[in-house]
Formats: sequence, structure tokens, C-alpha cells
Amino acid sequence: MNNANNFHKLQGSGDACSGLCCTRLADFGVTIGKTKILEQVNLHVHCGELTAIIGPNGAGKSTLLKAMLGEVRATGELKYMDALGGQSEKPLIGYVPQHLNFDTSAPTSVLDLFMACRFKFPTWVYTPKKIVEQIRASLARVKVEQLLYRRLGALSGGEIQRVLLALALDPVPDLLLLDEPVSGIDHNGLQLFYETVSDLRKNFDLSVILVSHDLDLVYQYADRVILLNKMVLEDGKPKDVFQSDNFMEVFSLRWQKSSAGERKNNQ
Amino acid sequence: MNIIYSWLRLLPFAWVEYDFMLNALLAIILLAPVFAILGTMIVNNRMAFFSDALGHGAFTGVAIGGVMGLIEPLWSAVIFSLLFSVGIAAIKHKSSMASDTVIGVFSSTAIALGVFIQTSGGRSFAKAMTYLVGDILSILPREIILLAFLLIFVLLLWVFIFNKLLVTSINSSLAGSRGIHTFWNEMLFSMVIAVVVTVAMSWIGLLVINAFLVLPAAAARNISKNQRQYHFITIAISSFAGIAGLLLSYYLETATGATIVLVAAVIFFLTYLLRKKFA
Repeated sequence: MNNANNFHKLQGSGDACSGLCCTRLADFGVTIGKTKILEQVNLHVHCGELTAIIGPNGAGKSTLLKAMLGEVRATGELKYMDALGGQSEKPLIGYVPQHLNFDTSAPTSVLDLFMACRFKFPTWVYTPKKIVEQIRASLARVKVEQLLYRRLGALSGGEIQRVLLALALDPVPDLLLLDEPVSGIDHNGLQLFYETVSDLRKNFDLSVILVSHDLDLVYQYADRVILLNKMVLEDGKPKDVFQSDNFMEVFSLRWQKSSAGERKNNQ
Repeated sequence: MNIIYSWLRLLPFAWVEYDFMLNALLAIILLAPVFAILGTMIVNNRMAFFSDALGHGAFTGVAIGGVMGLIEPLWSAVIFSLLFSVGIAAIKHKSSMASDTVIGVFSSTAIALGVFIQTSGGRSFAKAMTYLVGDILSILPREIILLAFLLIFVLLLWVFIFNKLLVTSINSSLAGSRGIHTFWNEMLFSMVIAVVVTVAMSWIGLLVINAFLVLPAAAARNISKNQRQYHFITIAISSFAGIAGLLLSYYLETATGATIVLVAAVIFFLTYLLRKKFA
């Protein structure tokens, strides 16, 4: 009932997104036990934008995604507004987890994973041809249709990440949340992944929020960067955030190191 | 039942004369797929230790039922092991303790309580031995009908919740983002394991029942590439081990449950050797 009231009130209040779809977090916070993990997070993400969240270990990056998914209890509010002005507090969210916790010998194929996520028909009984074709088409979006019958445990880190991306895009979500793995994917694989995400957000006009550990790629691909450490320290265009004092304080060593490394490679 | 008996009597074996053998055979034909199906997800979810603990809970339940003077301690056992499984699942969910520690605590406490009650007042433990070793030859026709319903129930359940359980076992946040109530699905699954283990304990035997749940699935895992193969191979192995074990135990005059598990173990090691060919 409360939700319904809010809904009407908000519709009357007009929108700050000026006709574009957007996602807003207002005074978002997460407290687990007595520890404040996140507080006063205010975000406003537009469609077609790739927003990267960076921050030191333990900054609450993954927690923020989990709170947006509703898996971790959060205070404050999350609102999604579509291009027509319709609002909801439960947007359709596509989620790419950081890692899967299956054992690599598990007899679960890519097809099984899709079947289990997308359809009610039990995957252990039989997979109708129609569904197989539908899943193949979903995989083709990120160019991994050849992996359809492969076992998850036999895929490389990069391949798994692309399969999960295809899964997150089926059905096409309002908001795409990506939690990038810390390890297990080589730089080329990661570059390819960023390119794909970058294309997708244009083609599907998606809001993308990406938790990232690769500052070089963030600098290259993100439209917007948020530096998070329990709260939002910086929020803006990559080149502005990367020149801020807060950024220097958190990352100076790592960033200089990796730029230096790249320069060496170029020579 | 009589029609089924007369069909089975057409089999070219001497033992078809005995009703108890036919009953046991029917029971195994019904039980093997139930065990196989539940076993696939127990292995997926690394719950082998959990299902073992449920057997211990069931034993305590039987002991409590015995003390209360129930003629049919099965029902008290079912209720107790349901509470037991819910208790473990809830504490596992709430506490930050490692799940094997939680299960270890519950499991040892249950078995100690069961033995304590069984032997209280200087009673002998001998009566409880049937539950440890199991006796499938004692199964009654009405119990076979109960098993048939159990099989239908588990199959229906598996049609409705398998996909959800599979996603949860792969990544629970991913499952959550797909609108799956992970906690309740897993709770329901644990409760079904609890009921099945409890009902079957007196026939298969507490000591080996968990092996009958886990071994066929573990064996099938070595040689299957997707969930469909995994399920059908597990059901095939479980049924084969069940029937072969029953017949061997008849000719060798051994306990049926243990013989079934030994057959399943041999199959496991064979598939283990073959696993590279299927990888």
C-alpha cells in the first residue's frame, strides 16, 4: 500500500531525467550488524551510459550491487524511471556475478544454465528445439553461440563471463549490473568484454553499472566513474575523477605502475 | 498388487516364489529413482554430509517414538527429522559458522540422543539394530504403495523446483536476481530429503543409506556432460545397483542395503577410471 502511495506521489512530482530513462539511488546505505558498509550513496545513472565503480578492496562495491539486487538489506531508495515516465521500485535487473561457485566437474552445460534461468520446463527432462534456438540467439548477442553445448567447468574465465553477460541480457533488462572478476581473465579477454558491454549499452540503450578493477579499461571505456569508499568520494567523467585528489590518494601507486608498464610495452 | 505379482512370477528365477522377494524388488524399483534424483542435487550442492546427518536425526526420531510407546515410530521419526532439517538449514543460514561444523554438531548430538533414549532404563540396543543395517525383505505391500506415492511426489517436485535449485547451486546472487526464493527452495529440498531418508532408513539401513543417495550421482557425474545425461545415468546406475544388490544379497545371504552400496561403489570406481574419456 505504501508503495502504491509513493508511486502516485512520484508520478505527480515530474522527473529529473528529462524524458530519458534513468536509475536513481537516494541516500542508499547498508549496515550489517553494527558496521556501516555503505552510507549516503546518491547516484543517478542514465540509460546508454556505462558507469564504472572503482574503489579500494572492501570499499563496498560488490555490496552496493547486492543491495541494488535486494539480496542485502539496504536503507534509502532505488527508483527506476523509463523513457515514458513510468516509475518502478523494482526494475528488471540483469546481473553478472563476480564468480560462480560450482565445482568444475559439474555436468552443467551452458544450455542447462540458460534453461534453468529462463524457462520453467525442467532442464533434466528434455530441451524443446524452439528453446534451444532461442538460447542460441541469446548467446549470439555476445558472439558465444558456439559454447551452447559446452560444460561450464570446461570454459575459460573469459568465456564464462561472456556467457553470463548473454544470460543477463535475456530478457533485456532495465539495468545491467556487472561485477568484474578480480582474476582469471587475461587482459585481451577483458578488453573484448569491455568492447562488448560498450556496444551493448548503445544498441540496447541500457544503463550499465560495472564494478571494475582495471583502471586502464575504465579510463578507456566508461562514460562515468564513481570512486567509492564506503561513500561516494568522486563522481564524474573519467578524466576528471582520475585527476582528483581522492583518486590519487586511493590509487596513485597502482595507476602510475600500470601506466608505466604500458609505456614500457609500447616501446 | 496381485496382477503385478503374477507378472513378476514370469521371471525365470527361483526366488519369484517368495512374496518377500517380490515386495523387495518392487520397493527397490520405486526407491532407486527417488534416491537417484535427490542424489543429483545433493552432489551438486555439496550436501552429502548434510544428508548423512538427516539419517542420524531420523534415528533419534525413531527412538523418541519408541519411548512414547508408538507402535509405528515412523511418523514420529518423520516429524523429528523434518524439524531437524529445518533447524540445521536455519542455523546454517543465520550463523557465520562453517556449514560442516553446524552439521557436525547437530549430527553428533542427534545420534547421541538417539542412543541415549534407546538404551535408557537399561534397555538393550538390539532392537535399534534393524535401523542401522536395514531390512528390505520385511517391507509390506501397503508400504510399497506409500513408496509409489513418494516417487510420484518427488518427480512432480523435480519438475517444478529443479531449475531453481540448479541456478541456486551455481550462484545464489544470480538466482536472486532472477526472482528465485533461494532459501525456501533449499528448505523445501532439505525437507524432502529428510522425509525420504527417514522413510527408507528401516529398509536400507542408516549406516549405508547416504551412500545409496550419493554414490550413483557421483558415478554419473564422472561420465555426463549435461543435466539430462546426469539424471538419466544416475537413475540407471541407481536402479541397476539396487536390483543387482538385492539379487546378490539373496544368493550370498548378506544385508541388502550394504550389498546395493557395494555394487554402486564398484560402478563409481569404474566410471572414475573412464572419466577422462568423457571429459
